[in-house]
Amino acid sequence: MTLRRFLFGSIAALAFGFSASHAAAPDRETPARRLTPEQYTQIIADVFGSAIKIGGRFDPGFRVDGLLEVGASQANISPSGMEQYDVIARSIAAQVLDEQRRELMVHCKPKSATAPDDACAGRFLTDVGEILFRRPLSDREVRLHVRSAREAAAGLKDFYAGLGLSLAAMLSEPQFLFRHENFEADPDRRGELRLDAYSKASRLSFFLWNAGPDRALLAAARKGELETPQGLARQVDRMIASPRLESGLRAFFADMLHFEDFGTLTKDNAIYPKFSAQVAGDAQEQTLRTVVDVVLHEQGDYRDIFTTKKTHLTRPLAAIYQVPLAVRAPNGAPEKWLPYEFSANDPRGGVLMQVAFVTLHSHPGRSSPTLRGKALREIFLCQKVPAPPGDVSFTIVQDTSNPVYKTARERLLAHATSPICTGCHKITDPMGLALENFDGGGSYRTTENGVPLDTAGEIDGVKFTNGAELGRAIHDNAAATSCLVDRMSAYALGRTPAKTEAAEWVAPLKQGFAADKYGVPALMRRIATSPEFYRAAPILEPRKDAALRTSVEGSR
Amino acid sequence: MKTDRRTVLRGLMGGGVVTVGLPVLDCFLNANGDAWADNGQALPPVFGTWFQHLGLNPGMWEPKVIGPGFENNIQLKVLDPYRDRMNIFSGMKYFIEGRPLQTHTTTSQIATTGAIPFGTEGGPSVDAKIAEQIGARRRFRSLEVNLSGARKSYSQRSGTSLNPSEPSPTSLYTRIFGPEFKDPNAATFEPDPMAMARKSVLSNVSEHLNETRKELGAADKRRLDEYLTSIRQIEQQLAIELEKPAPLPACRVPEAVKEATPGTVLEDVAQNSKLFAGLLGYAAACGQSQVFNVMVDSMNLRKAGSAYTWHMATHEESVDESLGYQRDVFEFNTWANLVFLDFLKTLDAVKEGPGSLLDRTLILWQTDHSDARVHGLEKVPLITVGSAGKRIKTGVHVLASGDPVTRVSLSVMQAFGVPINSWGERSNGTSRTIGEIMV
Repeated sequence: MTLRRFLFGSIAALAFGFSASHAAAPDRETPARRLTPEQYTQIIADVFGSAIKIGGRFDPGFRVDGLLEVGASQANISPSGMEQYDVIARSIAAQVLDEQRRELMVHCKPKSATAPDDACAGRFLTDVGEILFRRPLSDREVRLHVRSAREAAAGLKDFYAGLGLSLAAMLSEPQFLFRHENFEADPDRRGELRLDAYSKASRLSFFLWNAGPDRALLAAARKGELETPQGLARQVDRMIASPRLESGLRAFFADMLHFEDFGTLTKDNAIYPKFSAQVAGDAQEQTLRTVVDVVLHEQGDYRDIFTTKKTHLTRPLAAIYQVPLAVRAPNGAPEKWLPYEFSANDPRGGVLMQVAFVTLHSHPGRSSPTLRGKALREIFLCQKVPAPPGDVSFTIVQDTSNPVYKTARERLLAHATSPICTGCHKITDPMGLALENFDGGGSYRTTENGVPLDTAGEIDGVKFTNGAELGRAIHDNAAATSCLVDRMSAYALGRTPAKTEAAEWVAPLKQGFAADKYGVPALMRRIATSPEFYRAAPILEPRKDAALRTSVEGSR
Repeated sequence: MKTDRRTVLRGLMGGGVVTVGLPVLDCFLNANGDAWADNGQALPPVFGTWFQHLGLNPGMWEPKVIGPGFENNIQLKVLDPYRDRMNIFSGMKYFIEGRPLQTHTTTSQIATTGAIPFGTEGGPSVDAKIAEQIGARRRFRSLEVNLSGARKSYSQRSGTSLNPSEPSPTSLYTRIFGPEFKDPNAATFEPDPMAMARKSVLSNVSEHLNETRKELGAADKRRLDEYLTSIRQIEQQLAIELEKPAPLPACRVPEAVKEATPGTVLEDVAQNSKLFAGLLGYAAACGQSQVFNVMVDSMNLRKAGSAYTWHMATHEESVDESLGYQRDVFEFNTWANLVFLDFLKTLDAVKEGPGSLLDRTLILWQTDHSDARVHGLEKVPLITVGSAGKRIKTGVHVLASGDPVTRVSLSVMQAFGVPINSWGERSNGTSRTIGEIMV
C-alpha cells in the first residue's frame, strides 16, 4: 500500500489496513489486534443488547512481552478458530433476527418476508455495520453485504434468513475480528503517519473501555473533533468519567496479572479442600475489586494496592482467610460480595498476599517461593527472570518430606549450592520466601512441617521480615510504578514501545505519573491525549532478544 | 450388469436431489482392501503426531540391537504388539547453540518446527507441512486434540497462526459427526439449501477480500493470506456438504460421545485418549481428515487425589539406587506407553478390507527432553508407528548419535510427498533423510 493511497483515503486502506508502509520506507509493524473474547462480547452487547448469547469457543490468546494485548497484535485465526467464529456468528444472527426480536432490531419492514429487499437490508447492514466495523462501511462494502443478503434471501425464500447470513458473514470478516487501523499523513510531522479519525476513536475506546467506540465517539470522529486537542480532550474526559472506565481498568489488570492462567490451574483437593472453581473465580474478582477500589473508586495511589488493608470477600474466600463474614441471603442466592478490612495488626493486606496471587504462582499441592518471586519480579517490576538451564537436577528443592530440609528455605539453600542455580534463585527466592506464610491454597500458616517459618529477606537493599513488609518494600520500589507505565503504554499501543518512543513518550509519562501522585486514571488520560498514542510505529530496529511466547505452559 | 464404484457414482451424480439405495459393497475395494478396485488408487495416507512431554527413563527404552529385528527394551515392551510396524530412533539431539533455553518449550519448538524461533516468528510445524500436502481437500485440514483438557497444541501454520486443541471428546464429536456431517454411505443425499446460501455469501466475502489483496503491502498480504486459508476451510466444508460423498465402506459413525471428563487425572486422560482415538480413526475412515495431532500435555498429569504431578516427579524424585531410575517417573512413562498402545489398537480396530486404518497411517511420537529430571537435550527418544501404506520401512532401530531430530521429520515429510530437501535451521537443520527407513 503506498502513501498515496493513504493520502487519498482509498477504499483499499479502509478494507484491510493491517500495516502502513510507503514506497520509500520498508514495511512497518502497525499491528491489527485480534479482538479478545471480552471485546467481541462487548461489541455484540453494544449493538444488539446483552441478552444475545455468545455460544462458542474462541482461540486462546498468547502472551508476548508480558501482555496478551501485545500477543493479540500477532495472533491470527486458525481453521478451527474460524469454524468457531462462524458458528458463533450464525448463532448471533439467528438470535438477532428471530421472530421475537426482528422488529426491534430491524427498523424497516421488508416488502415481503419471503423475498429480498435491498433497501431494507441495506439500511440494517449499514447501521449495525458502523458499530461492528467501528467506522462507516464503504460503498463497496455496503454493496457486497446487500448482494449477499439478496442472494441468500432469494435462495432461501426468506428475507430475514438472507439478512442473517449476510450479518453472520460480517461477523466473520477480518474488519470485525481484527482491530485494523488506517493511517493518513500527519500534518504536524512531514513524511510521518498518524491514525485516521475512526482508527483514533477505536484505539481510544478499546484502551479506556475495552470496547468499540460508541455512537457519540464515532460522531466526534466524523466531525473531525478528534483532530483538535480540545475536541480530543473533551471525548477523553467524557470517557474517563463514564462507568465503563472500570471495564477498561479490569481488562488491563486481568491481562497484566496473567489471570487467564486460572483456566488451567489445578489444586489438589485432598491438600486444599477449600479451594474450588468457585474460589478460583472469586479470588480473581477479589483482586480486581481491590485494585479498582484503590485506583478508581478512591482515586488513590497505585502503590497502595500492595499495602491496602481493605478488600472484598465472599463466603468461600472468607473460609480460606478464616475470617467471619455474616451474609444474609436466601437459600440458593448467588454469592454476595461484602467489603472487608483487615485489622491494622493482621499480617495480611495488599494484592500480593491475596488468594489469587499466592495460589496462581504455586504448585498444585505446595507453595513455591521461586514461582512467586519470579511472578512478582516479572509482573509487578517488569524484570525478566531467566529459565533454569539444561542438565541441572532439582531433586532436593521441593521434596517436602525430606527429613533434613523441612522448610522451603532450607530446601532451596541446599539446592542452590551450584553457582549456576544461585544466580537466579537469589533474584526470586528472598521475595517468594516472604510469602511462605501462605500455602499453595492461599491459607495462612506460621510453620511448615512443624518448623516456624522464617520469612525475612531483602530486595534492592531494603530488608523485610514478612509479607506485609515485602508489600511495603514493593510499594516504595521505583520499579513498581515504572513497570505499570511500561505495561500500560504497551497495552495501549498493542506493542512494546520502540526505543525512541520509550525515551520521548514513556519516560515523560513516568514523570507525569509521579506528578499525579500515581493516579491511574490520570495516567490513562495522559496516554489518551498524547499525539504519540495515535502515531504509526517508527520503523523497527531488528530485535535481537528472543521474546519467547510465555503462555506455553498455560493458555496455549 | 457390472457394478463398480464408478457406475454407482455416475448414477448418483445425475440429479440434484438423489434418493438411491446404496449398498455397502466390498467390490468397491480391490482384493487387498487397501485400494479402490476400479483404478487401483490406494486409500489416502493418514499422518498423526503424538507429543508427550518429559521424555523416557534413560537406559530403559533404547533397544540393544541396532537395525531390523530389535527387541524392545523394558520401557517400550508394552508396544511389542506393534514392534514390526514401528521404528525407534536413538542418540539424537536438540541443539540450543547458546540461546536461552526455555525448558520444555524451546526443545518442543525444535521437535515440531526444526528451529528455535525469535518471539513469534516461528515457521510451520511438521504436521502443517504435511496437511498442506494431503489435508487441504478434506473437511478438516487437521484435527488437534489435547488429552489433559487444555487447549495447548504445537500445531501451527506459523508462529502467529496456531491450531489450538480440542480439549473434550464431546465437542470433537459434534465438530466431526454433528448435523453437518454427510455420511458417505448414506442411502439418500439432499443438498442443504442453507449450505448453498452460506457458500454463496462466503464466496462473495472471499472475492471481496481477494480484490483488496492486490492493493496490500507485503506484511498485510501475509496476514490476509493466513486469514483466507482459514476461510477456505469453511468454504471447503460447505463444498463437501453439498456434494454426494464417495462411499467409504469402512466409514461408520461412531457412537455419540455424550459425556467426557477432560482433566489431568490419569484415568480421565486414558479414557479421553480412547474416545479421541475412536473419533480420529473414524474421521479418517470417513474421509473427513487425514491429519491429526495428539498433545498428551504430560506436565500436569497426576493420579486421582494426588497433587504430585508427572512434571514434579521428574524433578523431585531421587534416582532409586537399586533400580537405577526414578521409580514414579518410570510408572508415569509406562502408563503413558499403555495409553499410546491403546490409541494404536483403537486405530487398528478400524478395519478396511483385510487390513486396518493403521496400515495407511504413520504416527510420529516426539518428546521435549530425554531425561526430564535434568532437562536433558541429548539421546532424545523418537518413535514412528505405521508405514502410511508402505511409504516407509518399519521394524528398524536407528542409532543416529549426535544427529538433529529433524532427520526423522524430514524423512517423514518426504514420505508424504512434501516437496522439500531440507528441514530445520542451523545445527537443528538437516538435508539428510534416514536411509534405513526410506523406501
